Amino acid sequence: MGFFKKIIEGLKKTKENIGFKLNRLFKRGIFDDDFYDELEFILLSADVGEETSVAVIEELRERMGKDRVSDPEKANQYLRNVLTDILGDEKFTVSTPCVILVSGVNGVGKTTTIGKLANIFVKQGKSVVIAAADTFRAAASEQLEVWANRAKVRVIMHEEGSDPAAVVFDALSSAKSRGTDVVLVDTAGRLHNKKNLMEELKKIDRVIDREFPEADRKNLIVLDATTGQNAIQQVEIFNEAIDVDGIVLTKLDGTAKGGVVLAIKHDMDVPVYFVGVGEGIDDLLEFDAASYVEGII
Amino acid sequence: MAAFSNLTERINHVFAKLRNRGALTELEIKQAMREVRVALLEADVNFAVAKDFINKVSELAVGEEVLKSLTPGQQVIKIVNEQLVELLGSTQSKLGVSPKLPTVIMMCGLQGAGKTTMCGKLALYLQKQGKRVLLCADDIYRPAAIKQLEIVASKAKAGFFEMGQSNPTKIAQSAVAYAEKNGFDTVIVDTAGRLHINEELMNELKAIKKAVNVYETLLVVDAMTGQDAVNVAKTFDEQLDITGVIITKLDGDTRGGATLSIKAVTGKPIKFVGTGEKAEDLEPFHPDRMASRILGMGDVLTLIEKAQTAIDEEQAAKLAKKLKESNFDLNDYLEQFEQVANMGDLNDLVGMIPGASRLKLSDKKVDEAQIKRNKAIIQSMTKEERANPKILNYSRRKRIAKGCGLQVQDVNRLIKQFEQTCDMMKKMARSKRLPF
Repeated sequence: MGFFKKIIEGLKKTKENIGFKLNRLFKRGIFDDDFYDELEFILLSADVGEETSVAVIEELRERMGKDRVSDPEKANQYLRNVLTDILGDEKFTVSTPCVILVSGVNGVGKTTTIGKLANIFVKQGKSVVIAAADTFRAAASEQLEVWANRAKVRVIMHEEGSDPAAVVFDALSSAKSRGTDVVLVDTAGRLHNKKNLMEELKKIDRVIDREFPEADRKNLIVLDATTGQNAIQQVEIFNEAIDVDGIVLTKLDGTAKGGVVLAIKHDMDVPVYFVGVGEGIDDLLEFDAASYVEGII
Repeated sequence: MAAFSNLTERINHVFAKLRNRGALTELEIKQAMREVRVALLEADVNFAVAKDFINKVSELAVGEEVLKSLTPGQQVIKIVNEQLVELLGSTQSKLGVSPKLPTVIMMCGLQGAGKTTMCGKLALYLQKQGKRVLLCADDIYRPAAIKQLEIVASKAKAGFFEMGQSNPTKIAQSAVAYAEKNGFDTVIVDTAGRLHINEELMNELKAIKKAVNVYETLLVVDAMTGQDAVNVAKTFDEQLDITGVIITKLDGDTRGGATLSIKAVTGKPIKFVGTGEKAEDLEPFHPDRMASRILGMGDVLTLIEKAQTAIDEEQAAKLAKKLKESNFDLNDYLEQFEQVANMGDLNDLVGMIPGASRLKLSDKKVDEAQIKRNKAIIQSMTKEERANPKILNYSRRKRIAKGCGLQVQDVNRLIKQFEQTCDMMKKMARSKRLPF
């Protein structure tokens, strides 16, 4: 229920824009080319992207044609089903000990997400240590420290400009010797087309594999819901570098709907695990496809 | 359908079809325009903006002139380009100076757009123009934001003002008073990232603006923003009457369609673009260059400008003379490497070359490490060796390799390269066509 309420609240503005148009469309009850054209534009304006919008429409057309749907209410439900089917309902599960590597481009909200994730695990009664492997951005460690204090977890940090892989190494050693359940690794924001920075990320990934092979591994990429089609390239290239398991979609409390995650799931089968809906420590929720779709259409 | 990674390739593809044709029919233009529209949408241009744009271009393209033209494809490209430039804004804008000093610049935008980093870049930019800049930490919400700005300020050698987490309006007022007392002529106010729909926080910005007579209100927007860019820009503009826009993270591979949308819905000029992580990575916005870049004609002007600022003309003249006299030596070679290094990230430069994206050239990374190695090799030589490479026998080469931590083969390779360069240059000097 919590997710539902928050996400509906967050996407309210979206709903006002898009839901209105959609309802008008469905109420006409005529499902012709004009209807699908208009629907395509609606999906595009939610950042779903051309290719996936076309795929959604084809699928909807086929399903509605097969069942000879003409009732507006039913058609609406069919669209929801197509969208939730694409998104799937994979849940985020880990076995302890585990190492969660959090990466993404600059300014998407990695550090904030780490703080919120730590809070979730602490609430589950797990012990957590954070590796402050963003040694590049000014005051990144300090920012992380504030979050760690809020979540009441330990953080391992080195000074600005030091080797991020070394920070990770220390955090892993610490976790192993203390028997910590969860290691969260915060990394510097990096644009996916910067080769050297992607190599640095690969190195961190390798260090984790090598130093803590018995740990359950999860690599999360953080995407800003405001981002458009470039998010596809982001996931593609991060995935090439370090095998991305899932997405954290942040800033869903604005008017952006992050529809690009549909394209990403459709093209690359990378699921969304969490959504960020505010700046409070509890504002990270487990993703629920039905609620999300409910929020955007 | 073939997947095109960006607008450039997409439009190239559309017009490759057009180019192959003789005269066009109205229907053909319509089809092409549909593909252009899709391309714009894929590049994150807002769908309403794209629709308007296409309507305008179609109208012009269907005109007599194009249909009768022998090269209708080129005519259409010309129209698309012209309209794109117009949409982006026709002239470049600079920052204004308030008649009553200090000039107060307020930065605002969503979370994570890059405001704090941009504050440092602007400070450095303005100080290079002789201004004395004070950075005011007015983001009282994000953890360590104040600390981050402090570091940014010290790196830019700008003044820094903070009052912890007190009232943002009071902080701004005190910063301006501090600037007046201490001879700062420009105050840049770093505000917290906020959602445009957060009324309380938008009111906070209005209050700051009113209290300290903000001269420039700059909206900082991430170049990767999608369809929502119009909502964000529109709301910020309506609430705060922004004076300009700064686009950040343009060094990514995004086509930055949001740039088009923002300009279209606000009508406010895009003043600067952030093109990297370093404090110097700030460039004035050039609409024509942006349009060319989007259309795949490359950012030739920026490339030329970069080359001009990096290569000292006097040095170039000296080099030309040396070439003629045929005494180009390793000192000159080293200078060349340094000049190339001065031009900035070579991979950025490759991206600016016309057609680089089409040729997939942008995938080929220039090996900057190789240039560094070459420099190290020459720097490990004695003055005599640099001036007279002929004396480099095996034992000297071995010593040099040791000195720069490389293999003798590396030294050999460099010397071979140098000899080839000399040959090539001599030929060019003879034909009076210098390489620069």
